[in-house]
Amino acid sequence: MTTADLRPLGAHLQSDAVLLRAECLGRCVPGKILVAGMTFDVRGGETLALVGPSGSGKTSLLRLLNRLDEPTSGTVFLNGADYRQLVPRDLRRRVGMVTQRAYLFPGTVAENLRFGPGQRGEELPDDQVDELLSGVGLVGYAARNVANLSGGEAQRVSFARTLANAPEVLLLDEPTSALDDDAKAEVEGLMQQIVRERGLTCVLVTHDMAQAARLAKRALLLEAGRIVRDGPLEEVPGA
Amino acid sequence: MLKTLFPGELQLGLAQAAVAALAALLVVVAARRRGIHLEKELMIAMVRGLVQIVAVGSILLLLLHAPDWTSVLLLASMIVAAGATSARRAKGMPEAFRVSTYSIACGAGSVIALMTWLGVIDTPITTLVPVGSMLIANAMNTNSLALNRFRSEVLAHVGEIETALALGADRKSSVAPYVQTSFEASLIPAIDSLRSLGIVWIPGLMAGMLLSGARPVYAAIYQFVVLAMIFAASGLTSLVSTLLMRSRVMSPAEQLLLRPEN
Repeated sequence: MTTADLRPLGAHLQSDAVLLRAECLGRCVPGKILVAGMTFDVRGGETLALVGPSGSGKTSLLRLLNRLDEPTSGTVFLNGADYRQLVPRDLRRRVGMVTQRAYLFPGTVAENLRFGPGQRGEELPDDQVDELLSGVGLVGYAARNVANLSGGEAQRVSFARTLANAPEVLLLDEPTSALDDDAKAEVEGLMQQIVRERGLTCVLVTHDMAQAARLAKRALLLEAGRIVRDGPLEEVPGA
Repeated sequence: MLKTLFPGELQLGLAQAAVAALAALLVVVAARRRGIHLEKELMIAMVRGLVQIVAVGSILLLLLHAPDWTSVLLLASMIVAAGATSARRAKGMPEAFRVSTYSIACGAGSVIALMTWLGVIDTPITTLVPVGSMLIANAMNTNSLALNRFRSEVLAHVGEIETALALGADRKSSVAPYVQTSFEASLIPAIDSLRSLGIVWIPGLMAGMLLSGARPVYAAIYQFVVLAMIFAASGLTSLVSTLLMRSRVMSPAEQLLLRPEN
């Protein structure tokens, strides 16, 4: 797939096949179990929330899903393929990530959007840059220097930059927790709209149960690196 | 004044060393007053430095009539020692000793070999070892600066590096800006030495040649030759070192291994 084929609206809306499967997925570091052999599925078009107290393993689990960290046990299947068989950079193109803080690269907004496709030798055309920026409510921002953006604008650019790779799965690691309330509501609304329109499959880490309820229907409740509840959000304690 | 008090060469040398050490100790006292504690590190460094340099002087005395190939053994030992010293500046970096030793061997070793073969450095042990050791010592300093800077840069930019990886960058391009910064920063002392040669300082080698009766112009030209060799050895060392470290901080699955908790 090239970025010329940005994911069409509703591409996954009808899909309910398992897109991402974690099987006995675990990670230990000396003296600590971060993720203890978790098994779960994420279906196409589904948004799964990972909730739980600080240190419960939410972010550690998320980092295993795009192999930013290496599992010490188990694996992940993406569309049925063991992700250890995939080239890491291709896997990460397909499983995009938006982090809590927007780490934008020095330069313009457009240069940031072109970063991912550029890694594969593709040039993102101007009209697609504009389309992505329009999607995140930043029309006319292409030539702006990222140093002059507000926190909310930077996070929207970060979101658009991930979308420029046309990912099949989006990993969202507390994407609004570093923003003030107004920016948080704006960014969350945009994400919800784009995820719904594009039919994207999402795994969302959040400590905000109200946000989890707004964005996801299903949640995994984690404690001390283990899944203690997997089900509809209303059945998860505290939701 | 010291010469009148200590007529013997050895006593004079020890007295001069004591006076110079006293000047260094004054700095320690001044630093201590400002809450900076350098005493232990400086004491160890001074005692070590004195013992080591006297030991080398004694070895050179013993090897004055040894065959030329003995220089190779001495220089190789110096490279290993330089690698071990430099690796201590790269706490937490994977395989720092191996990377440092390879880099200094590549940088200083190749320049020494080439320059000796071309006749720029004379082969007698009394020339080859001191000049070679200057190249190794400078390569070591450059390597320490490169490793230290690279480590700091990576640790300060974990978010940016992992963002690049998460967007599909490969291991080379995700750390490329920090490799370049470290390389450039590590060469600042060598470049500044060349740039300020003769204006800000007259290096020890030239001073020594003048004291031993060499013609000033030849002493000056040879000093430039030595500094140019130092720059070549340092630059090559830093280049090899940063490239080797680049591959060591990433796993085969393109994950960043050097992280703050390490």
